[in-house]
Amino acid sequence: MLIGIAFWVLAVVAVAAGVAVFVVDSMARATYALALSFIAVGVQILLLGQSYLGVITILMMVMEMAVMAVYMVMFMGMNPALMPMDMTHGKKTAIGASAGVFVLLAAGALLIPWPERRGVPPEDVTAALGLEIMGEKMLVMAVIGPVMVATIVAGVVLAAHRSRYDRFGDDLRRRPADDPQAGGVGR
Amino acid sequence: MTLQTVLVVAAALFAVGLYGALSQQVVVMVMMGLELMINGVLLAAAGFWWFLAPDPSGQVLLLVVLAAMTVEMAMGFAVATLVHRRRRTDMTDMAEDLAR
Repeated sequence: MLIGIAFWVLAVVAVAAGVAVFVVDSMARATYALALSFIAVGVQILLLGQSYLGVITILMMVMEMAVMAVYMVMFMGMNPALMPMDMTHGKKTAIGASAGVFVLLAAGALLIPWPERRGVPPEDVTAALGLEIMGEKMLVMAVIGPVMVATIVAGVVLAAHRSRYDRFGDDLRRRPADDPQAGGVGR
Repeated sequence: MTLQTVLVVAAALFAVGLYGALSQQVVVMVMMGLELMINGVLLAAAGFWWFLAPDPSGQVLLLVVLAAMTVEMAMGFAVATLVHRRRRTDMTDMAEDLAR
């Protein structure tokens, strides 16, 4: 009963905060609203018996939203808490598409005869997940690892101010490198 | 709390995120929409795990969704930085030619 009430309160908070992201008139408030939505979903995941995943969802998303707030200040070049804004396009199409998708998904959720639950949760869910990652599902984590490394490399390459082509020329033969400040050995 | 109610809430989050991803002009706001969509997927996956098959392998799917969220964020910020550096803008409408 108590869990049911908590779930519905969190559901309202998660969806209302999600809507607020696109309704509030400043990017800073939008970031806080998104963080609130993620926290509500994280607690719902905790209610669904997955303590580890619920906690990392909350921790990861709060940090991510902090980074996002920094980006907004950086790109917008203003105090985003004080500057009202409405930068949208194709609002009616977007509302129609999202309403259609919601009706479709909700109808599927309510009309599909879902099967009965098979099995019971392990006694220690987190320990069971750890054993699974280090055992049968190690391949999944072994793939995620390189994907993360590739993401870091691609992120740095895309975001870097000056690439090696800027330093060494189009054919990479320019010596010494064209650096604003000489560096390295033998400067 | 039933599987149906969890999925309806997840559908609502997904739909709100879709609205944001389609309607927003600022790249970071588009990313927020995508994040909300993945948020919905995350909740739905947690609901499926709890109500249908609560064995440990199902939790690995949630970890993969979280990893996808992280990759989306990192690459989105990197592309946003690149577009801002090259074009001095953070609006999707100013980078329409990238879709051609």
